[in-house]
Amino acid sequence: MADISAGQIFLSAVLANNFVLAMFLGLCPFLGVSNRLATAAPMGAATTFVMLVASLCAYGLNWLVVHFELEFLRLISYIVVIASAVQLVEMVTKKYSPALFRALGIYLPLITTNCAVLGVALFQTAREYSFVQSLAFAIGAGAGFSLALILMAGLRERLNLARVPDVVQGTALALMLAGLLSLAFMGFAGLGAGE
Amino acid sequence: MAIPGQQPLSHLEEFMEGIWKQNPVFVMVLGMCPVLAVSVSAVNALSMGVATTFVLLCSTLLVSLIRNVVPKEVRIATYIVIIATFVTVVDYLIAAISLAVYEALGAFIQLIVVNCIILGRAEAHASKNPPLRTAVNALGMGAGFTIGLFALGSVREILGAGKLFGVALFGPDFQPWVVMVLPPGGFFVLGAWLLLFNWLKNRAAGSAGKLAEGGAHG
Repeated sequence: MADISAGQIFLSAVLANNFVLAMFLGLCPFLGVSNRLATAAPMGAATTFVMLVASLCAYGLNWLVVHFELEFLRLISYIVVIASAVQLVEMVTKKYSPALFRALGIYLPLITTNCAVLGVALFQTAREYSFVQSLAFAIGAGAGFSLALILMAGLRERLNLARVPDVVQGTALALMLAGLLSLAFMGFAGLGAGE
Repeated sequence: MAIPGQQPLSHLEEFMEGIWKQNPVFVMVLGMCPVLAVSVSAVNALSMGVATTFVLLCSTLLVSLIRNVVPKEVRIATYIVIIATFVTVVDYLIAAISLAVYEALGAFIQLIVVNCIILGRAEAHASKNPPLRTAVNALGMGAGFTIGLFALGSVREILGAGKLFGVALFGPDFQPWVVMVLPPGGFFVLGAWLLLFNWLKNRAAGSAGKLAEGGAHG
C-alpha cells in the first residue's frame, strides 16, 4: 500500500469511500445528532479531532505492539487510547463552551463507541499505511464524516417543514434519506481508487 | 430492568424482552453499523449475529459478577476493556474456524467492541442485576439482534443476488437488483423494515383506540 499518494487516500476517504455513506461507520451519531445544523458541525469537528488523535496514537501503538510481539493487545490498547482522547475533548468542551456541551449531550461521550473512530485506527493498521498516509486517512475520514453529517442535517431541517405521513416519521424516514444520499455518493465510486 | 416496587420479570419475559419489546435492531435502532455493513448475505449476517451474541453474553456476565467491586467512576472504562478482551477472543476464534467468514466480515469483527448494544446492556442491565438474570437478558438481546440481522441479510441477498444461503431461488432469467447489495440498499431495506413495524404498531394502536372508544360509547 506504499504507492498510494496521501491526496488519493484523502479523496477516497471523503468521497468515494465515505465513512458513513459507503462503509456504514458512525451511524449512531449520524442519525442522532443530524437534527440541527448548529450541532452537526461542531460534532463533526469534535469527531475529526478525536480521529486525528486516535490515528496518531494508533500508529505509535501499532509499532509498539508489533515490536514487542503483543498483537493480541492491539484492540484493547486502541480502545483505551480512544476513550482517553474523548475524555479530553469532553473536558475541553465543558470548560470552554458549556452550551455546546449541553447541546451535544450524550453523543459526546459516545464518540468513544463511534465505530468510525476505531475504524480509522483499524483500517490504517490493516492497510499498513505509512505515517503521512495515516494522517491523510484520518483527516479525510473526519472530513467525510462531517460532510455527511452536515448534508444530512440540512436535509432534515428542510424536512421538518414538509408534510410527511405519520408512519414514515422518525428513523425510517432518516434511513430512507440516508439511502438516497448514499446513492448520490456512489457517483463518486472510482474516484481516487485507493482500494 | 427491575424497577423497585414493580413485579420483577420472569426469566422467560426477560428473554423475550430482547426479541420483541426491546429488539435492538427494530425498536431501539442500536448498533446499526455492523447491521448495515455485513448484512449483504444471510451467512454473513448470521455469523455476525452469533459472534455479537457471544461477546454480549460473556461480557455482561463478567460485568454482572464484578458489579459490586468496580468503583462507579471507572466503570465504563472497565466495561470497555472487558468487552475488548472478549472481542479479541472472538476475532481469533473466527479466524481459526472459518477463514472465509473472517475475510468477509473483515474489520467488523473487531468493531464489535464499539457496538452500542453491548456497552448499553452492560451499563443499563448487567451492572444492576444478578448473573443469571443478566445472562438470560443478554441471550434474548443477542437473539433479537441476530434475528434483525438475518431479516436484513436475507432480504438483501434474495433481492440483490437472487439467492439465499448461496442457493439460487429464481430461474436464470432473474435480473438481480444490484443496488440491494451496495451500500444504499442497506439503508433502504432497514428503512423499509422500520416502516413495516411502524405501520403495524400504528394499526394496532388504532384498533385498540377504536375498541376503547367503542367500549366507552357502548
